[in-house]
Amino acid sequence: MSIFNELTKKPWLADPSQIDGAPANQALFLPSGKVGLRVFLVVVTVVFLLTTIAYGDRMLFANWKSTPEPWVLWLNTFVLIASSVAMQWARNNTKRGNLTGVRDGLIFGGVLTISFLVGQLYGWQLMVESGYYAHTNTANAFFYLITALHGAHMIGGLIAWGRSLLKVREILRSNGSVSDVKLSVELCTTYWHYLLMIWLILFMLLLIS
Amino acid sequence: MSNGVIEDSQVIPAAEVEEVELYHAKSFITKWVFCQDAKVIAIQYSVTAIAIGLVGLVLSWLMRLQLGFPDVFSFIDAESYYQYVTMHGMIMVVYLLTALFLGGFGNYLIPLMVGARDMVFPYMNMLSYWIYLLATLILAASFFVPGGPTGAGWTLYPPQSISEGTPGINGGIILMLVSLAFFIIGFTMGGLNYVVTVLQARTRGMTLMRMPLTVWGIFVATILALLAFPALFVAAIMTLFDKLLGTSFFMPEMLVQGELGPHENGSPLLFQHLFWFFGHPEVYIVALPAFGVVSDIISTHARKNIFGYRMMVWAIVAIGGLSFIVWAHHMYVSGMNPYFGFFFATTTLIIAVPTALKLYNWVLTLYKGNIHLTIPMLFCVAFILTFLNGGITGLFLGNVIVDIPLSDTMFVVAHFHMVMGIAPVLVIFAAIYHWFPKMSGRMLHEGWGQFHFWVTFLGSYLIYFPMHYLGFVGVPRRYFEIGETSFVPESAVALNEFITIMVLIVGFAQVVFIINIIWSVFKGKPSGDNPWNSTTLEWQTATTPPGHGNFGKELPICYRWAYEYSLPGVKADFIPQNLAPDKIK
Amino acid sequence: MVLAVVLVILGVGSVIFHIWSPWWSTEIASNWGSIDNAINITFWITGVAYVVIILFMAYCIYKYRYRADRRADYEPENNKLEWWLTWITAAGVVGLLTPGLLAWNDFVTVPKDALQYEVVGKQWEWNFRLPGKDGKLGTSKVSLITDDNPFGINPKDPNGQDDVLIEGDDLHLPLGVPIKMNLRSLDVLHDFYVPQFRAKMDLVPGMITFFWLTPTRTGSFDILCAELCGVGHHAMRSTVVVDDKTAFNKWLQKQETFATLYPKSAAGKKQVAGTSAGPSEVKTVFSTSVTNSSKTIR
Repeated sequence: MSIFNELTKKPWLADPSQIDGAPANQALFLPSGKVGLRVFLVVVTVVFLLTTIAYGDRMLFANWKSTPEPWVLWLNTFVLIASSVAMQWARNNTKRGNLTGVRDGLIFGGVLTISFLVGQLYGWQLMVESGYYAHTNTANAFFYLITALHGAHMIGGLIAWGRSLLKVREILRSNGSVSDVKLSVELCTTYWHYLLMIWLILFMLLLIS
Repeated sequence: MSNGVIEDSQVIPAAEVEEVELYHAKSFITKWVFCQDAKVIAIQYSVTAIAIGLVGLVLSWLMRLQLGFPDVFSFIDAESYYQYVTMHGMIMVVYLLTALFLGGFGNYLIPLMVGARDMVFPYMNMLSYWIYLLATLILAASFFVPGGPTGAGWTLYPPQSISEGTPGINGGIILMLVSLAFFIIGFTMGGLNYVVTVLQARTRGMTLMRMPLTVWGIFVATILALLAFPALFVAAIMTLFDKLLGTSFFMPEMLVQGELGPHENGSPLLFQHLFWFFGHPEVYIVALPAFGVVSDIISTHARKNIFGYRMMVWAIVAIGGLSFIVWAHHMYVSGMNPYFGFFFATTTLIIAVPTALKLYNWVLTLYKGNIHLTIPMLFCVAFILTFLNGGITGLFLGNVIVDIPLSDTMFVVAHFHMVMGIAPVLVIFAAIYHWFPKMSGRMLHEGWGQFHFWVTFLGSYLIYFPMHYLGFVGVPRRYFEIGETSFVPESAVALNEFITIMVLIVGFAQVVFIINIIWSVFKGKPSGDNPWNSTTLEWQTATTPPGHGNFGKELPICYRWAYEYSLPGVKADFIPQNLAPDKIK
Repeated sequence: MVLAVVLVILGVGSVIFHIWSPWWSTEIASNWGSIDNAINITFWITGVAYVVIILFMAYCIYKYRYRADRRADYEPENNKLEWWLTWITAAGVVGLLTPGLLAWNDFVTVPKDALQYEVVGKQWEWNFRLPGKDGKLGTSKVSLITDDNPFGINPKDPNGQDDVLIEGDDLHLPLGVPIKMNLRSLDVLHDFYVPQFRAKMDLVPGMITFFWLTPTRTGSFDILCAELCGVGHHAMRSTVVVDDKTAFNKWLQKQETFATLYPKSAAGKKQVAGTSAGPSEVKTVFSTSVTNSSKTIR
């Protein structure tokens, strides 16, 4: 069923007894949560894309001065990769039905993410200590803007992460089934991978400029 | 699927939908305040939007008093005048129209029209409203901070929006930007709901091409909004950085009160590009739901199918896509590379073709219909006329060379009020008169409705049609007073007085409308379930107003498109979408 | 019935209003008659569409008003009709766009021999700068602005020494000569707008924007600001006077240059022969350039 076919159908000619084509609750054969997350990721992509375009636009100006990146960003990048791995591990455990594994993966992932955020704050502090304030030049300003936007999205993810963790604890206590938390963990993992990817792109951008 | 064979794996029997866990209110507070039912959220959205919209309306009266009778009202000085202009614009475009069409009508109509029990993420839907309310309150708070609200114009162009010489550059502009950021976050939560509900929660048989055009309009408008608002979000955050941290994203090297300012080499044009990358789709975010609503109301009250349904759907999608490549037609005189003008003038005029087709199809729906001139129908006809007028003046402004003399004059003000002020508001009225019976179980009072319609329609035409001619004369917009000039004739002053008086009369008619609503909620004539004999699913609910879960025990099954009116060989002049084929007489 | 009559009245009334309204564009004073033509073409094409659609709608509402004994037609779509309407609309759009883009092409192509003028906007006043005998404007920078150099002209740029500065006074333009208006803002956005010239353009801080025109009739016209620039926006006025060549040169002779007005800052490190670039010299230079331009225009 291509979208083009669908949109050229003449609905008044369709046989009234034919009621297929829109099975309830699963039109895209995906859970709604996943569809919702994908749409949301598109929105987030637009936010970062526009920021990047603005960055590129300003780089073309004559007196663009690039900024040295604090060393701690490298460490933070590895921490974020590790958190993504931990989330993936939690996700794999949902498939195996290993609920304690899910819990441990989530805890590792979350703690590593929080360390990432602390590391980013430390990066800001290093910048400020060496006199690279936001207002001294536009490259610095973009550094703060991009890291702040990315960090804010991470914090948003941590809220979802916290809810999933609570759910896992609840299930462990009541001996429930791992399938109740499967979707939440999958969504968190996708979001984590996505934000890692965004960070890698942004970090590269900061490095090359 | 196209061969008509129903595969088991693709169909979930209606009964299974019953198992979807529905939110159940446990107390008064969760039922009416922190409620997750889309219908209650819709009403909360609508009431808030209309309340802040009334503030915007009062601001427009104050502006018009100054323009019509300069030097008479001593409490209006230049500073407060520019604050009225700014707040009026932003409130009407974002906090009233966007919120009412998507948050209000979207929430109420999408689940009912596609045959769903609720939005797919009800909790997030509730959060969406509360964040919207917070954004509105932050915006309203800017009236009470020292220096007052921002007076930078609703476009909030830097450098002036955050530089000395503009009202409200301390508290006002910061609250405005923060409020917009919250609005966008709240909207995104709601918007995800609308899109995913349309994609996922349609009832059995509700194929995309069986959806009413209202759903199509709101659906595409929501996608536009989800993709366009990030631009405003980024622009708002960057402006906040410039204001609070002293960065130079948009702030160039410039004088501040005659002294060299702290900023260097920022790009004011970058802000304008970001703003209009949001700003132009925003026009269609308001217009597309209006298009959809008008199509459905005209078809119902003319007892005839909408003419060219497929073309209407394609036009909505085409307009939505094109609206992202026309933004710089707001910037012909901004100093951007003049060669962009060729591209943007061409794309802008191309967008006129699908838009014109929609208009033809509305009129052709009336042709050979059996037209009931009910109040909703009256408003729709008025919409067609004002939208036609505004669309035509859009052809003036979209054509780059013609825009040069007219840009930033009263012609522009008249144009966008006609096309995205009056036209969508007339649709909002049509929609309220049309769906109020479903929301309350009572009809709005007919006589007061007639009064409201005639005064609003004729009054607003008399306000905005002559206003274009002030623009031809050359009267610039956003002028506290035109003062002494060699080119504005004395008669233009009289015209300004006339416009102001009309504004006050039209404003008064809105008070009558509000009273009518409040009166009818309690005393209106009971409407029954389907007073307009409409085909779409929201009229086929078991109870009116629909209870929690919208439909009764079983979800309706959709057997046909939404426009089965006056089908030859059938006795009734309409067949509801969910009427089983063997029950048709 | 009432609605149909009202629609007819609005449709026809709008046309009558258009014809008899006392409010219309001011008499044009520049070469941009092509803009007025484009507006008129747009009026004709869209005006016909407006009236036809309104009258047809009024007819439908009258003819097909509700009657209990009638039933509406059933016609889901009519491809042929819809294609016809698409093509007619597209033809109309092409009819609007072609003259518009042709005129725009002229608008963005500045003649090579155009005089370089500069408009400097700041909250809330207009100042102007004309090049001296070299025909070139000196470079400028906001950070160079002092009380002794209100335009921020680079004192090291020899082209700037003889620039004629007009502060808080009327701008004069010679009749019949193409002029490129270079627009520069010292603070926020402004827009240089003279209704009779038709053309307008924003002044953007950090950029030099431009448009060009040839004044076609003498007279004195208002300059307004057309981009909101703060509380004084509506009061940011000045006057432009279009003179014939003799009057213009007479006026120009009286103007002072950067070097004569602000010798201290204009001198910079090296004393440039600022005094020699007095108005009398400028006069002759301008007369020649004026005649040159006139030739090319003919």
